[in-house]
Amino acid sequence: MAAVDVIGLTAERAAAMLRAGECSSEELAGAYLERIEVFDPALHAFLHVDPEHTLAAARVQDQSGNVGLAGVPIAYKDLLSTKGVPTTAGSKILEGFIPLEDADVVARGNAAGLVSLGKTNLDEFAMGSSTEHSAYGPTRNPWDQTRVPGGSSGGSAAVVAAGLAPWSLGTDTGGSIRQPAAFCGLVGLMPTYGTVSRFGVVAFACSLEQVGPMTLTVRDCALLQQVIAGGSERDATCVGLREPIVLPEPGRLDGVRFGVPWAELEDGVDPGIRERFDASLKLATELGAELVDVELPYARHGLAAYYVIAPAEASANLSRFDGVRYGLRVDGPDLRSMVEATRSAGFGPEVKRRIMIGTYALSAGYHDAYYVQAQRVRTLIRRDFDAAFGGVDAILLPTAPTTAFPIGSRMDDPLAMYANDIFTLPVNLAGIPALSIPNGLVEGLPSGLQIIGAAHTENTLLRFGAAFEQAIGFDSVPPALRGGAA
Amino acid sequence: MSAERIELGPDEVRHVAALARLGLDDAEVAQLAGELQSILGHVATISALPIADVPPTAHSLDVAGALREDVAKPGVTREQALANAPDPTVDGFRVPPIGA
Repeated sequence: MAAVDVIGLTAERAAAMLRAGECSSEELAGAYLERIEVFDPALHAFLHVDPEHTLAAARVQDQSGNVGLAGVPIAYKDLLSTKGVPTTAGSKILEGFIPLEDADVVARGNAAGLVSLGKTNLDEFAMGSSTEHSAYGPTRNPWDQTRVPGGSSGGSAAVVAAGLAPWSLGTDTGGSIRQPAAFCGLVGLMPTYGTVSRFGVVAFACSLEQVGPMTLTVRDCALLQQVIAGGSERDATCVGLREPIVLPEPGRLDGVRFGVPWAELEDGVDPGIRERFDASLKLATELGAELVDVELPYARHGLAAYYVIAPAEASANLSRFDGVRYGLRVDGPDLRSMVEATRSAGFGPEVKRRIMIGTYALSAGYHDAYYVQAQRVRTLIRRDFDAAFGGVDAILLPTAPTTAFPIGSRMDDPLAMYANDIFTLPVNLAGIPALSIPNGLVEGLPSGLQIIGAAHTENTLLRFGAAFEQAIGFDSVPPALRGGAA
Repeated sequence: MSAERIELGPDEVRHVAALARLGLDDAEVAQLAGELQSILGHVATISALPIADVPPTAHSLDVAGALREDVAKPGVTREQALANAPDPTVDGFRVPPIGA
């Protein structure tokens, strides 16, 4: 089998190689599987890989001629149901669970001819910002293996950064696509709420989460969004796209107005992150854009509102794990003690914390003070964004206030872990799209630039992202992977 | 990060755990009491905001739910439905007695 060099290979280029007959899908998948075998034992980015299954799927694509994106490999976050393939959500309570159906996004991937390389690691039920809360152990960052890849889609980020897959799907409930994309030097898109089907996504917080692409380039991001976005009969909250996703070309930004919420940057942002952010603001003006001061006075309350709303929804969603229909069961003398013992053994500490917060916030006597008050703040955050978008085309913020932090450094302080999502959470509360693109290195670690838009402005964000991408000129291959040794 | 003091003792933690059907041992109760006080203390920074007249947002979607034709479609078979069950019978999910 001819060796295909997949380091830094974009999905767009891989598809072109397949169409031109430069390699087969089987060879391409084989090249990734070889790298997975070499590098994944250290990175621990995959939870499930089945080489025979992958190669068989690749051969099917080779036989049907590899048109469009057909034959290009992909990795799926293990929160996405895959028919006949184990789906754990990173939790012991779903160990051994075999879904009866594919998630809509996986079915769309299959219909496009994408070939699954496997399922990627995540914080248990997508609750976390570091992938350390996976019941199956943490994933390591390919840029520095002593550090986290971010989370919750940390496995999906690490596999693309390490050249173990050309692209992947993640999910974003409070920053879980964008923050790991930023930590691993990738492009990540949180789509407008309701444009991508959530059918078959193991539910965490239904009003906040969307599936989205994690890729090496902005164009790959657009290509994968073309595959997964669209209405679904199986998700009543999925209304689809208002206009087709267009492949962006890099260009100038003449006449574009970018809002900068200066007050949000005043504290808690690492100096190196701030320096890279300011450098990109300067690039924007050099490309012809204008910077406009905007205010998002309620965005700073997003963290508090999010940590009521998301756990409240989670506590309801996770009530389905009761040891009766699927997953783990720990026996007990009666039904109630069986359910309590099962949930106690099956959920990890962070999931228990969130179920407890959510149950408390929804319990009699506290519902109005916590849950309804948080929903009012949600309204005000939406109004802040609406007002800002009255005068600007997009808002710029760092994706995260830090670069990837050392493994173990935040595990004893839940609030410090939550605070890493301070710039991403308000976007989920408002249901609007945001694109994170690599914004250069800070002391050898990637940082992210977040471009936030009004609902259904993905094409605009992708166009701006392509312009920044070309101007910034980021090299997405971690130095340690260049020579072949991780 | 400013925080309000929220009192949450072991009894209240056990009460919430019972509502959530979570079995917790004493060490977990003690640890969660401290953690929940700190998290809820931060969350309480929004309780004092004078926003009682603001309508709450449950969902960011402005359009009505997407509906499909009300036509029956094939579902899963009984065998499929029971395939992932930890203790299936021929035609159902077996559970321990409801009352001890």
